[in-house]
Amino acid sequence: MTPLDQLKPGQAGTIQQILGEDLISSRLLEMGLLDGEKIEVIGLAPLGDPLEVRIQGYRLSLRKAEAARVVVQKV
Amino acid sequence: MMQNPGPAKILRVALLGNPNTGKTTLFNALTGLNHRVGNYPGVTVEIKKGRFSWNGRQIDLLDIPGTYSLAPRSPDEMLSVELVLGLNPSEPKPDLLILVIDASNLERNLFLATQALESGIPAVMALTMVDVAKKNGIQIDQKKLAESLGLPVVEVMALKREGLEELKKTLVAQFQKAPCANGVNFPALFEKKETEVLSLLGTKASRLLARRLLLETDGYLAKALALKKEIPEIAGLAQFQEELRASGLNLHTLEARTRYGWIKEKTAPAITRPEIPVTTWTDKMDRYLTHRGWGLAFFLLIMFCLFQAIFTLSKPLIKWINEGKGAVGEFLSNLLPQGMLASLVVDGLVEGVGSVVVFLPQILILFGFLAILEDCGYMARAAFLMDRVMVFCGLTGKSFIPLLSSAACAVPGILSTRVIEDKRDRLTTILVAPLVSCSARLQVYSLLIQAFLSEGRPFWFPGFVLFCLYGLGMVLAPLTAWLLKKSLLKGKGMPFLMELPSYKRPSGQVVAMRVWDGAWSFMRRAGTLIAATMVLVWAVLYFPHQYPGGGTYPERIATEKENQTKNALLSEWKSQSYLGRAGHLIEPLVKPLGWDWRIGVATLASFPAREVVIGTLGIIFGIGQDENEAGQNDLEKALRNARWNDKPGGKPLFDIPTALSLMVFFALCSQCVSTLVVIKQEAGHWGWALFTFVYMTVLAYAGAFATYQIGVLL
Repeated sequence: MTPLDQLKPGQAGTIQQILGEDLISSRLLEMGLLDGEKIEVIGLAPLGDPLEVRIQGYRLSLRKAEAARVVVQKV
Repeated sequence: MMQNPGPAKILRVALLGNPNTGKTTLFNALTGLNHRVGNYPGVTVEIKKGRFSWNGRQIDLLDIPGTYSLAPRSPDEMLSVELVLGLNPSEPKPDLLILVIDASNLERNLFLATQALESGIPAVMALTMVDVAKKNGIQIDQKKLAESLGLPVVEVMALKREGLEELKKTLVAQFQKAPCANGVNFPALFEKKETEVLSLLGTKASRLLARRLLLETDGYLAKALALKKEIPEIAGLAQFQEELRASGLNLHTLEARTRYGWIKEKTAPAITRPEIPVTTWTDKMDRYLTHRGWGLAFFLLIMFCLFQAIFTLSKPLIKWINEGKGAVGEFLSNLLPQGMLASLVVDGLVEGVGSVVVFLPQILILFGFLAILEDCGYMARAAFLMDRVMVFCGLTGKSFIPLLSSAACAVPGILSTRVIEDKRDRLTTILVAPLVSCSARLQVYSLLIQAFLSEGRPFWFPGFVLFCLYGLGMVLAPLTAWLLKKSLLKGKGMPFLMELPSYKRPSGQVVAMRVWDGAWSFMRRAGTLIAATMVLVWAVLYFPHQYPGGGTYPERIATEKENQTKNALLSEWKSQSYLGRAGHLIEPLVKPLGWDWRIGVATLASFPAREVVIGTLGIIFGIGQDENEAGQNDLEKALRNARWNDKPGGKPLFDIPTALSLMVFFALCSQCVSTLVVIKQEAGHWGWALFTFVYMTVLAYAGAFATYQIGVLL
């Protein structure tokens, strides 16, 4: 189990759960970050934050703070 | 049974979909040029309306801002929700919905669709980007998809105009049919509570609204609607939610899990995906364009090219317009009898409005460039690259796009802050957006750079000065935001979640439409606000015109043969005019900035709009010119020849510190009524508009003062 923000560009994982329950977690779910979905880190912005990920066939950018709440199983 | 509604009924159709699904392209393709141009150019921030007909049936099409979900968290999303719920006071509930669905990203797009279908409005699904999906190895069986979703599906390629007729036909056929039957089922207890809420809602009831009220934990929608008295107060809503929680339901995750579960089940038979996802062209591009080093370098290069293009590409066009203006002025002054009317038309209207219209080419290039960046998908990358920098000043990358759009005009920039969820972030962005140099300032910069900072300098120098002036706003806006977030608007930031759309070739039609919108609103301003100010400025500079020795100044000048006396008389006339007197009064105030009374009054007169200063300078410095020269003369030459106290052979009025101080003043001042009105409208209070005006004027004066004083020392 690894938090998403620990993955390096090019690495991927399967989402296990999203930590915490608030508006942020429900928005992440709305955007399709569901359990069992594959998620891949594409890149990092110039100052190392935010990250660009690929989920459900599209690209999403999110900050490390939010990414740390997405627990993945590395593949 | 299908009723015959008669030919009089105009169908009201709303286009609903995620951002970046080709919604606006479809809107343009369906309505052609037959749509009402928005007040301000830019992305869809308000409902846009268009009209088309099919088989004699009139159809009004509404384009609403793209959204991912009907769970509102920003004013932008609120607009879509109110419309679909039929709770928008100015727009009745639509008769039909077109759900625009991106085939390359079916599941996430259908999330919004399942919510919209619960509004009870019959819908047709327009499937876009099927070609992109195919390239990514995704095959969709449209017949099966339509069957399992329970609504008609039409594939459209708006740019190639394919599927449009089919879409129109399906749409009209769907009118007054039962809305989609196969809805998403929620757990039994939830649906029981939903029925109870439905019965409490009365006439405004819809499943969408009932579910929304039960699901939202922050009460955003309930509060907003109760405030407008659109729905009755639902007593016991909190208790219902408590019961649901007690039964083990998680209100934060319930909706997404239930809807996505339904979507997966329904789409499984209709969609085939490759085992290993295809690495798309966009993924490959993003390895460089959002790369830590290359991405930033490319971003700076793009910005630099933009400013170079504004300067170099517009040159020939500007020359033509200048020649045209001269010709019109000459034609009219030959046509009209000499006197007050001729002076009003030629010196006031043609000279004043003409000197503003000259900048149309640069504005077109700027709007075109921004539209291309937006439409090809690069704008979101700019926000991504800049997010961390925006965090330094307490904002998110989402504030970057409104700030960048403000480089065209602060008005659409401020309107586009509606995508920002956090109230304080949004207000901060609104208040600092006018600091970003807009196309009106571009005209001031361009005039002064051409006149004083380009001759005999390397070809890159004018573009570089322009880049620095834009940089001034781009540095001060975040700094001011930082100050505001530290003091008046303290608060925790919102998370930054943003889709990075697939790159695509920008659509010529979309870009042309934006440029046209921009040109049109600019020309309208030139025709109304600016023309009116010009006439006013002309009048206070013309009167009083009594010559102390009897008769009037114009008569006296007309009879004078000696050129030198003629010019002295003209200068005397201007100086004693109402505007001249006012100017002499304020001269002590503007002298430390290196300005004389004429620059001072031109700046004062530009309170309605910054570009007015050009026209005013045109009138002030144009009127004093010898008639024979005036035809071939342009403002740049007049400014270069201007002298302190209008003494021939005296010290030139403009030196480099004066030109720079005037540009810095205009970079930072808030001389724009439209912006102040929009700030009032978007921030909700005149106080914020006043605040903006005061802080920017103080900043402008201080900046110009420092520039001139330092410039003189060097």
